[in-house]
Amino acid sequence: MSQSNMMNQNNMPNGMPPHMNGIDSSHSSRDSSPTVRYPYMTQGPMAPHRPIPANQLPPTSKTINQLSQNYSNLQINNQLTPRTSPKMFSTSTPNEQVKDNQSQPAIDRNKSQQSQGGVLSPIGFNHSATSHFSNVALNGNSVSNLGQTSQRFNVPSNFGGTQLPHQNSLPSNAVAPPPRPPLQQTLSQPRLMAYNNGPVPTSTSSPQHAVPQNHMTQRPLMNQPNRMPNFNLQPSVPVQSPATRMPTQMRMPNSMQQYPNMHQQQHHQQQQQRYPTPQQYTNQLQASDQLPNVTSNSVHQNSTPAQDIPIRANLHSNRYPTQPQYNQSHQQQQYTQQTIPLQQQQQQKLQQNFYQQSSQNVVQSGFNKLWGVENFDLLQTPNILPKTKVEVPRITLGNELLDHANCKPDIFRCTMTKIPENNSLLQKSRLPLGVLIHPFKDLNHLPVIQCNTIVRCRSCRTYINPYVYFIDSKKWKCNLCYRINELPEEFQYDPVTKTYGDPSRRPEVKTSTIEYIAPSEYMLRPPQAAIYLFLLDISRAAIESGYLHTVCSVLQSELNNLPGDTRTQVGFIAYDTALHFFSFADGLSQPHEMTVLDIDDVFLPCPDNLLVNLQDCMELVTDLLAQLPNRYNNSFETGSALGAALQASYKMMASTGGRVTVFQATLPTIGPGALISREDPSQRAGSDVQHLNPANDFYKRLALECSGQQIAVDIFFANSQYVDIATISGICKFSGGCMYHFPLFKASRQSQNESFEKCLRRYLTRKIGFEAVMRIRCSRGLTIHTFHGNFFVRSTDLLSLPNINPDAGFGMQVSIEESLSDVKSICFQAALLYTSSKGERRIRVHTMCLPVVNNLTEIINSADQQCIIGLLSKMAVDRSVQSNLSDAREAFINVAIDILTSYKASQNMGATSGLMVPNCLRLLPLYISALLKSIAFRSGVSTRLDDRVKAMCDMKTSPLPNLIQQIYPDLYPVHNLHDQNVIENEDKELVPMPPILQLSARNIDSNGAYLMDMGTHMVIIVCSAVSSMFLNHVLGVSDYNSISDEMYELPSLDNEHNQRLHLLINYLNDEKPMNATLQIMRDSSPNRNMFFEKLLEDRIETALSYHEFLQHLKTQVK
Amino acid sequence: MAFNFPAFSYIIALIVDAFLIFFSLFHVIAFDELKTDYKNPIDQCNSLNPLVLPEYVLHLIFNILFVAAGEWVSILINIPLIAYHINRYRTRPVMSGPGLYDPTSIMNADTLTRCQREGWIKLAFYLLSFFYYLYGYVIALENAHVNPEHVT
Repeated sequence: MSQSNMMNQNNMPNGMPPHMNGIDSSHSSRDSSPTVRYPYMTQGPMAPHRPIPANQLPPTSKTINQLSQNYSNLQINNQLTPRTSPKMFSTSTPNEQVKDNQSQPAIDRNKSQQSQGGVLSPIGFNHSATSHFSNVALNGNSVSNLGQTSQRFNVPSNFGGTQLPHQNSLPSNAVAPPPRPPLQQTLSQPRLMAYNNGPVPTSTSSPQHAVPQNHMTQRPLMNQPNRMPNFNLQPSVPVQSPATRMPTQMRMPNSMQQYPNMHQQQHHQQQQQRYPTPQQYTNQLQASDQLPNVTSNSVHQNSTPAQDIPIRANLHSNRYPTQPQYNQSHQQQQYTQQTIPLQQQQQQKLQQNFYQQSSQNVVQSGFNKLWGVENFDLLQTPNILPKTKVEVPRITLGNELLDHANCKPDIFRCTMTKIPENNSLLQKSRLPLGVLIHPFKDLNHLPVIQCNTIVRCRSCRTYINPYVYFIDSKKWKCNLCYRINELPEEFQYDPVTKTYGDPSRRPEVKTSTIEYIAPSEYMLRPPQAAIYLFLLDISRAAIESGYLHTVCSVLQSELNNLPGDTRTQVGFIAYDTALHFFSFADGLSQPHEMTVLDIDDVFLPCPDNLLVNLQDCMELVTDLLAQLPNRYNNSFETGSALGAALQASYKMMASTGGRVTVFQATLPTIGPGALISREDPSQRAGSDVQHLNPANDFYKRLALECSGQQIAVDIFFANSQYVDIATISGICKFSGGCMYHFPLFKASRQSQNESFEKCLRRYLTRKIGFEAVMRIRCSRGLTIHTFHGNFFVRSTDLLSLPNINPDAGFGMQVSIEESLSDVKSICFQAALLYTSSKGERRIRVHTMCLPVVNNLTEIINSADQQCIIGLLSKMAVDRSVQSNLSDAREAFINVAIDILTSYKASQNMGATSGLMVPNCLRLLPLYISALLKSIAFRSGVSTRLDDRVKAMCDMKTSPLPNLIQQIYPDLYPVHNLHDQNVIENEDKELVPMPPILQLSARNIDSNGAYLMDMGTHMVIIVCSAVSSMFLNHVLGVSDYNSISDEMYELPSLDNEHNQRLHLLINYLNDEKPMNATLQIMRDSSPNRNMFFEKLLEDRIETALSYHEFLQHLKTQVK
Repeated sequence: MAFNFPAFSYIIALIVDAFLIFFSLFHVIAFDELKTDYKNPIDQCNSLNPLVLPEYVLHLIFNILFVAAGEWVSILINIPLIAYHINRYRTRPVMSGPGLYDPTSIMNADTLTRCQREGWIKLAFYLLSFFYYLYGYVIALENAHVNPEHVT
């Protein structure tokens, strides 16, 4: 990466119109989706002046009853959202009075903090008071504040609206959002409530717990001023277990459908990044309303609130003044005293009595529960899985705007949402520290910027991001190395208003995921064209598998959709015991085949015309693809010279770089890189798994050479016998490629062929970045310890990625080298520099900011269980390769034991009968027990070595959501979709959303039908006693026995039952990079094992059931 | 006879040990360069790998001399390092050429710190043993000088 001569551009004469090409366009990185020209800040979170859709407005009185009814249906008791006073949210209100009241003290407060702030917030001590004011105006998003501030900052805040027609269509500032609707706000947390409503552990249903729970149902009320006086009088549904909960929901399906927006909100929250809608802004505001919870949390926990709050509030206070928060709880109390009905006041008195009687501990646990940090006794809570998708813990920095700006969790995720301030604290918590990143994820809306100078820190080269400090209008302080840098003139220019002013209006400072179009300093050579080379195995086994037909037909249909421009080139090599090159020279009427028999010393038969421009030679290429499938039908060569073919492709592409796609069907047995079969089929079920390591380093060395020439190698294995993926995968691992595996592939098997075709189609048409590098920077004091994924590590923080694809995920273990006690937050920044298929050099930057804490309890409660599992599985793969499988399995169990032990120690629980876990880690044992039964790590079950190695490679490279779905698939009941909750999808259709069931046979009812979503594959299992209505209307078959064993498609029937299931399946597919394949089977089908082996909680011969696993943990946790 | 076989083996050990000190210095510097991003791991491994076996062989050579000379104390001091070398080479990553270092795993922080620490420890060991060999050389000469007197 060229990192020079940016500084001479920094000093532009004042007033000179900067050569800013403006901001390009929002760019749709999903090539298939329509590219809409968006202003560069259409992402919602930062655009404050959006109208709030009608369904998000506060409910009118006549709907309140219905809504609250819905609450009880939804099992939403809004318990877990302690209200703050409405004042807290007035950043979006037009109410000037409130605003003034609040911003003034905020400023004063900040000033007072500054006087003492040199120690407290080292980042901000240079700050001048004027910039406080400017920030009030700009970041408070309030027009009303402008009067207080200097004229300089008098800018319309719907920045972006004047130039770009898209935003003009939106109402202007005048239509400011109304006061935050309290009802909706509570709805934005259905998940938390679901937990709370879940079966209360019997052992904890003692008075101790009764109190806090009682307290909690009250709690939200306190902040419901007058709007909903009888809110809590609605009979709440007493729920014993999730099983009994479902019927209650079913009772009122109609009313559910009347208020789809409730579910929709939940849906949107999960989907914010992908489907930003006007509603998003409010959603996010609501989501961020949780912020004060945390603050109040610390208020209560620490006996010295005054000490604590300034720190949190002042995290970035010089930019975004925060409200004085310390007396907020008192205000709430006052509120409630005035507004709640008599009946509840009595209840409250009762409660207070309880409080007086009970010990401090009870108060503590009550508050814990209130803030979502309550714990569970796993042994008493068999149904631990939430009914909907597991919620991603949010990062709270103590400032809404900064929280909004943070990187989306599906791109960048840390194993804990709060970073321990030193290594010993981290060790005490026993949690692994690391980040998972999915840098090239398909994003629907991505701000793209083209400018002369990309503003970066001069010492550490960090890109400017929302978490930097603006010391004044000319200087900024890097948030990673804390160097003070100059701000180029250009950066203060706002292309929309054509004025100079505050730099915080720039998109770079407003959003954490951004893409730059890189100037020529970032190129070592002219951006390369898209070059694709296909290597086709034509040995006997390959011909017999028939994969060639599929590949050629898919390729033929997708030739025009290959990402690229007019320079795109393609080439083909077929190989068995010899190499077959295809020349597409000018003047040839059909491709010319040249066979090279000398595979030990590979040479190219002709220098050019092997890789040809796709558009010029489209006819020849199509011709070849039509001929290829049957061309080698009579060949009986059994050997496969993969190594030689790869060497030849290296020679062909060394000067340009590009992508090599290999289709391998058999073990390469001749030529360079020849392998022998190492697998002993009789040892498949053994506990000692050998040969996880490569047999030789030929492929690794070749991969390193390829990596140096910007060539990536991707492999499709369509094998029927052992192909030694452990060795061959080296070529993908170190060249930044990817791997697909279709064991026992036969094109004649419809389901296999279909999934192969889908995979290939997605593979060919997805976005691709060439000659890429990714650099991960982190704040001083942290270092990246180990990288996981497919790449070559070129230096301590630089990954060389010849190709980057949207399905590649990476993981990094992080270690704390120095104490972080003098900073309030730390940042990770990943910058991916790549050449797009259109020949543009681009940089995609993701920044994630995390707060630093020094409290062990807080750290444990901030754990992100899914991310931990993602990182652990990567570490375990390394462990099993370096050491052996049983070590890795043991390590998993030890991690669970360690974490639970440290939690127990941190809570001072002493000897309890149960196995206590914090809320945020309650699924960890479940996932770990599932991992121990996964293909990669199971022992004692017959597993082909190739399958195991491939599963391990997947663990290293899959993005987290896919990985979790592979480890623990989602199970939905689909026989009663008409009775289920509905949510709204993108097209405003109502999708039935059944609850997710735990993977246990006890959830499988003989009169049901169940859909299991395993990521790339879905199975619907139909049990024998299912209603004939389901068979007739949904599956379109007359009776149970007429479901064929080869049913790979859900028929489209003209009735709503069938359409509901279609909607559900489509909805589940929407979240995936490609549609999953579907298989429908009877529970007596010969394939049923595919489904039943995924019931991971049940005992199998060689592995413990989930409950037994817990028992085991219990005995180990000290 | 003023110069005997033990003295010879010590003088060889002294010379070879000086080389080994340079080897381990180079080793330490090389890993430091890797850590501070000055060098590409592929180049660095290519320059380090050819030196691994010579280092081991050199170390083995003077130990064989010690055995021949019957210098048991010196042997005892060196046996742990020989054992470490053998084990280290036995458990090296799969690679076709000679050497220990694999460019794909060398940047792993654990490996890097381990290699660096190994370099420092070896440097210290070779330095200390350098003075020990000097001492041994003098003693051997002394013995050679004294013994004939006793005999006569």
